[in-house]
Amino acid sequence: MSNSFFKVLRPGINSTYQDKGRFGLQHLGIAAGGCMDNESFSFVNAILGNKETEGVIEFAYQGPLLKLIKGRTKIAITGNVVFKIIYSNTKTIDGQTDRSYNLEEGDAIDILATKESVYGYLSVKGGFDLKPFCNSVSTLIKGKIGPNEGKKIGNGDNIFIKNENTDKKIFLIHPASSSSNIIRVLKGPQYQYFSKDSQKNFLSQNYNVTNLTDRMGMRLEGPALKNIVNPNIRSEGIIKGAIQVPEDGQPIVLLTDHPTIGGYPKIANVASVDYDLLVQKKPRTSILFKCIELKEAEQLYHEKQKKISKIIKDIEEVN
Amino acid sequence: MLMKLNNIGDNGVVCDFGNEVSKLINNNVIKTFQYVRKEVVTGRIHGILNCTPSYNKLIINFDPNITNIKNIFDFLNSVNISKLNLILERKKWIIPICYDFEMDLTDISKKLKIEKNDIIKIHSQTTFYIYMVGFVPGHPFMGDLDSKLYLNRLETPRVKVPAGSVGIVEKFCNIYPYESPGGWNIIGRTPIKVFNNKDESRPCLLSPGDTVKFKSISKKEFGNFKNE
Repeated sequence: MSNSFFKVLRPGINSTYQDKGRFGLQHLGIAAGGCMDNESFSFVNAILGNKETEGVIEFAYQGPLLKLIKGRTKIAITGNVVFKIIYSNTKTIDGQTDRSYNLEEGDAIDILATKESVYGYLSVKGGFDLKPFCNSVSTLIKGKIGPNEGKKIGNGDNIFIKNENTDKKIFLIHPASSSSNIIRVLKGPQYQYFSKDSQKNFLSQNYNVTNLTDRMGMRLEGPALKNIVNPNIRSEGIIKGAIQVPEDGQPIVLLTDHPTIGGYPKIANVASVDYDLLVQKKPRTSILFKCIELKEAEQLYHEKQKKISKIIKDIEEVN
Repeated sequence: MLMKLNNIGDNGVVCDFGNEVSKLINNNVIKTFQYVRKEVVTGRIHGILNCTPSYNKLIINFDPNITNIKNIFDFLNSVNISKLNLILERKKWIIPICYDFEMDLTDISKKLKIEKNDIIKIHSQTTFYIYMVGFVPGHPFMGDLDSKLYLNRLETPRVKVPAGSVGIVEKFCNIYPYESPGGWNIIGRTPIKVFNNKDESRPCLLSPGDTVKFKSISKKEFGNFKNE
């Protein structure tokens, strides 16, 4: 362990430690959780040569301002993010995402905002020194589970880094980002509960992301969906990406920190290939659902994973 | 064939065991759940991330990088539920409850026209079966309460219900794992933590399939528990 650490000079709006998630506990009411945007999470660790499951800092909208009080480290930021690097002995520069930076004692990172998106990721080479809970360092705020007693990162926190980094190499990754507003879905278990008109509206009209959106769920606003069978079902287990429709007819997409059990009918499920794209949609963004079949969903997902592997393979070292 | 299989999106499967809320159906759910979990833990099946039993369904969530719907279907179709034993780590819990911390007994007594003491007696004599745990961490859904005590949810849910509160709705009884909003009829409170975020080996006390009996304690005993 090193003594390198950051001090939090401003925590940001919703900054938490996250990794791939905590599995095998949903039958006890503990959702897997983990990072919202898996692709950006993979990239931030890949640039630094970290394990793919290494814990990182996830931030939403405005990120943290962190000062390296002691030691040296290599950092990277992914997502669509505006940030500055404040070097203690020279100048302040505008940061670029998808590349690494070497920081010395006294340097600071000021993560100002995510652009046209919600989540961004910060990692350090070798990872943060965090205490896992049930094999994961993901923070589940609702259950107060994870590092930092399950709370958001706070003002004045010290964030320790596992290893001090001395190498000066710089790495770049070239992600292919999508700005499509089409979100592909598969018909849900209670698709038939909705009137023919509502089924048609759901798959042809725009739905807007509302302000009532967080890590647990995304409330949408659009043509009301009429349930013609039963507004409630027997409570059953939830999988992230399920689109449930309560009695008011406005759909809610259940996201990474979802309740583990729910009793509303589900009209559709977001295809795995488009989950990361969806969670990055800001409030007031208009989205359009498109229905695909299972075979296509599986194929699209594997194609996407291949592209991600290729992008990671093509990480380059620059001087 | 006891279960009907369907995909949920491209990374989940639902096993449907029938429509009712009955112990018989739920026993099949729990048996299958315990079997799947054993196969996961011992590494005989790969890629399953979570399995979530509820009253009449088992929902399996998997990593599409490792497996797919067809593999999970094949695996589940090979399970012979009638040959599975409900072994296992089923536990019988005695949970202390202090009925002095009730919030709704007077109203319930009026609604049901049953004396408060009789309500307490019925509740404390019931052996509850845990159908499922969830919604939030550690939260048990237990049944079956005597039909004499069937109630609906409160018309206006409370903004704050204290941790440990024991509530009833329809034939079910629950325990609030931590302070939260809630619409159940509160008849008492337990000093026992059903969810402990400090205990990594057992963050949630109760598991689906366990049974629970409540034991009435005084306010003083409640205080002693808290201080332990």
